[in-house]
Formats: sequence, structure tokens, C-alpha cells
Amino acid sequence: MTTAARILSQFQATGVQTCFHDRHINPQIYVGLNGNNWSIKDYEARGGYQALRRILGKDGEEGLTQDQVIATVKESGLRGRGGAGFPTGLKWSFMPRSFPGQKYLVCNSDEGEPGTCKDRDILQFNPHIVIEGMIIAAYAMGISVGYNYIHGEIFQTYERFEAALEEARAAGYLGDNILGSSFSFQLHAAHGFGAYICGEETALLESLEGKKGQPRFKPPFPASFGLYGKPTTINNTETFAAVPWIIRNGGAAYLECGKPNNGGTKIFSVSGDVEKPGNYEVPLGTPFAKLLELAGGVRKGRQLKAVIPGGSSAPVLPASVIMECTMDYDSIAKAGSMLGSGAVIVMDDSRSMVESLLRLSYFYSHESCGQCTPCREGTGWMWRVIDRIQHGQGREGDLDLLNSVADNIQGRTICALGDAAAMPVRAMIKHFRPEFEALIRNKAPQAATSV
Amino acid sequence: MITEATKARFAREVAKYPADQKQSAVMACLSIVQQEQGYVSAESEAVIADYLGMAQIAVHEVTTFYNMYNQQPVGKYKLNVCTNLPCQLRDGQKALHHLEKKLGVSMGETTPDGLFTLQQCECLGACADAPVMLVNDRTMCSFMDNDKLDQLVDGLRAAEGQ
Repeated sequence: MTTAARILSQFQATGVQTCFHDRHINPQIYVGLNGNNWSIKDYEARGGYQALRRILGKDGEEGLTQDQVIATVKESGLRGRGGAGFPTGLKWSFMPRSFPGQKYLVCNSDEGEPGTCKDRDILQFNPHIVIEGMIIAAYAMGISVGYNYIHGEIFQTYERFEAALEEARAAGYLGDNILGSSFSFQLHAAHGFGAYICGEETALLESLEGKKGQPRFKPPFPASFGLYGKPTTINNTETFAAVPWIIRNGGAAYLECGKPNNGGTKIFSVSGDVEKPGNYEVPLGTPFAKLLELAGGVRKGRQLKAVIPGGSSAPVLPASVIMECTMDYDSIAKAGSMLGSGAVIVMDDSRSMVESLLRLSYFYSHESCGQCTPCREGTGWMWRVIDRIQHGQGREGDLDLLNSVADNIQGRTICALGDAAAMPVRAMIKHFRPEFEALIRNKAPQAATSV
Repeated sequence: MITEATKARFAREVAKYPADQKQSAVMACLSIVQQEQGYVSAESEAVIADYLGMAQIAVHEVTTFYNMYNQQPVGKYKLNVCTNLPCQLRDGQKALHHLEKKLGVSMGETTPDGLFTLQQCECLGACADAPVMLVNDRTMCSFMDNDKLDQLVDGLRAAEGQ
């Protein structure tokens, strides 16, 4: 190791703060991790690759058919952990299993939704759980080649995943005739290099094809026209990581540890104004108040003001609303936001909502791929209007203007980045309008301290 | 020009994809070149285009679309500080300002000795570790309070004999 590398290594995350703590509730994905037990032998000691053995009939039992695997995942109530919350079993059943040509399986590890840092810890500290989940998915859908597209910013994690792939190949879990069966599956890792939009599944496919990551118009959906124009299924990292547990313990058991229509555990990345930011794996349906308590509560001496419950694209919720919510897809949707990727951004009573929104609107403007006019022009326009409000140059009618621009973006673009840019603007104005109005009227920032 | 060792790294990436889809390796090849040379020159793009059987402009389209490719030479250490909202709530902006003062440059600039380039960046996906900083695209540094930032900069300066 060079001197420079040695210096930099002092500042590497150990995972102690974010992952290896005793403040998860009945964890399934993060269970038993300590940072030194990511490799295949340790994973096997935790029961790893048993689910794969079971479906292939290599545990002395009969094995599971493709239909049985998909039925089990459907029964589990597992919903996509990347943001949309689409039922995973249903998505798998869309794959044309009888299609004679090449099909692909893709894992979306392009974790760039501000506030989200759960997949990084999974891939870094428990990479084989994702590999096993992908092999099972590939078996269920009759797919022979897969890719895991990993956020370019977490290069060490990409290298860790590649090391885990080598282990899995050497052990016969990946490659031709897995564990002596007739099933073959090749899995590779790819990486992004700094484009938020590539977290959108069709932009990711474009990127994987070696192009700029501009989303495709849907339909056709990836299940019929995906990577290289072939049928493709894309799931989030955490979704695949949930699969081995479901196969080992059954779909009903998974559903039971969440709540109806919201099966299983979910990893929440809690960031912002809490005492202990980190990842918390808890059953879906856990009260928000409990999650906040696990994260050490609001920063000392401060009160909760607002929470963005599902990554920066999710509408903000005021303290009084979020404190009544449970953390699951349905409760958060009913409250007017979305569970998204499970990134919980906590803001205390010292925070200016205008300044917070200013930073987010800059982000969306920066990351718009430029393909659709409403998003390309609208995101920059919203940013400039919020910027002038923040800097005491706001005009009467600016809030109506912002809502109007947001209205003209939302639902009028190829992909959801436009919606993701519009929703925070509308929700911030809806819930914190007086703060914006005061700034427009008084021409000076109002919050006690700057963000 | 490109060495045999670099070509071997390219080959490893190309092998992941179907034989008629070599272009898929362009992201990895560009990042390899950047790691070895510090940035992606037009000459490197031409070499990669040739290696992968792509039009050079198609390679350039990729270089210019993704934020992390350096289209110009940068300092020996490129420091990317995340200032997106979750980081901003935990002193990401302060970390950037501290480095501006410490290095005597504004964000986007390179120190006169060519050692450091300082940039603001978007979400690194390590929000609970804030403030976070990425060094030369591949090394994430977590919980970077001002003391640690000083240690990092002073340490790298010493290592470079400055």
C-alpha cells in the first residue's frame, strides 16, 4: 500500500455506526454482520446458499419448480425496495419464460437517491445475499446471464462485490451447471460513474449498453424489450437480498413479519438531524416514532420539524403528520408521501425549508438528463425562482409560479425524474407556505440558523 | 498510447458482455484510463473507440454525460465533497468551505502546486456517514469533520514531500 493509500484508509467507514449496531429489529439482511464476515464461508455459516440448494433439490428434498419459487415470492408480499414498491413476484411473472432467446437479469445498485445508503452496506458487508437472491430469481425466470450495476461512487463496494462473485464462481454457485444441476447462470458486476438518472431502470439499461443514460419511453417495458432489446427483469439490491430468507422460511412467514400488503423487513437509511444516523432494518409497519428512537432521536436540544420519508424525491411531511405514521408503503402513501427507497431525511426546528428545497432543486436541475423539455427547462426554472426567494429577491406570485412549473413537469416526462423534481416543491409549499411567504415579504431568511 | 497491462484490464471488462456488445465496457474502460492517467483525453477516447469498435464521438458522448469523468487534467488528488441535502444537514457544506480555506482555492479549482482539485458533488450514497468525501473517484472518506479534513490534507501533503 502506498503512503497516500495508507493515509486515506484511516478515513474509511467501518460500518459500526451505520450497520453493526444492536438497533435493528428482527433483521434478516443485516443479521449477524460485523464487517469481517462478508466472505462465502461466513455467509454459508449463517445459512447462506441453503435457499439455492433447496430450490435446486440439493438439500435431499425434491426442489422447487419455477412456478413454486414465483408463487412463494408472491405470497411473501415482497415489494420492490428501490422506490416504486411494485410487487416483486408479479414482476417476475411478467417475464416471458418460454421466450427462446437470451434474457437478462439486472440488479439496480445505482444507489444515488439522496438519503439512501442501505445497498452500500448490503453489498459491502453481505454481498453473497444479493448473489444468492439473483441466482434464485434467474432460476425462477429461466435467465442465464445477469449484471449488477453498482453506483460508481462506491468503487470499493464494487470491488468487494467482484471479489464475492469470484468466490461464488469458485464454489460452483455461479457458472455452468450450478451445483451439478442443469441450471446455468453467469453474473457480472458493472459500474456507473456519476449520473443520478441511471438509477432509473431504462437509463440504467442504456448505460449498461455503453451509452449515455437517457431513459427510454415505456412501453415497451423491460420485460419485453430490455437489455440489448431482450426480455429483462430489474430489481433493487435489497429486493434480491430479501429472497433467500423468503425461500428458507416461506412466503407466509415473511408476510407475517411485516403487515398485510407490506411483507418483511425494510432497511431505512436515517440521515440528517438525528443523534445516530445510520441504517436500521425493521419490520414494515414499525411506527415512525420507534424508528426515530432507534436513530437516537432528534438532535439534542431540538424538536422535530419535518421528515422526507422516502428519499429526496418523496414529498416532505410535517412532524405532526409523520409522527402518526407507521413505516410501510400504505401508511406513508395515505399521509401524502411515499416510502420510496426508505431514506428518511430528518429535519429539526432550526432548519429553513426554503434553503433545504433550494439545495434539492439544484440537484434535480443538475441531474436532469435533458431529454424532455418540461424537466430540462422546468427544473432549472424552479431552482432559479427558489434561489431568488432564498436571497431576498422573491416576487409576489412566485409560489404560484413554482406550483405552475411543477404542474407542467409532473406527468409530462418520459421518466420519473420530472415527478421527483416537482413533488418536493409542491409539498414544501403546501406544508410550509408561511415560511416561503415571509421570506418573499420580508426579503430576508427567517430560520434561526442556516441549513 | 496504451500499455499491454491496460489492455488486459480492458479485456477483463469486455469479457463480461456478449461478443457483439463490446461497447458495454466503455464505462469501465474510461474509468480505467482515468485512474491511470488522471483524466480522459481525446487520445484515450480514440484508443477506447478503436478497442471497442465504437465511433469516437460515441465514446465522447459517454465521457461528457457522466459527472465523474475528468475531461481536463485535475490535481493529483481530486476531492469531491457531497453537499446534497442529507449531507448539508450534517455539515457537508462546512466541510467544503473548510477545504476551500485550507487549500486556498474555490470549489472547482486546483491548487497551484497541482496537488489538489476541490469539487462539490451530488449524492455519494453514503448519507449516514456525512460529511463524506470521495478521493480520486475510488476512495470514500467518511465522517470528515474539520480535524479529519486537516489530517487528510496534511498527510497527503507530507506524503508528497510538500
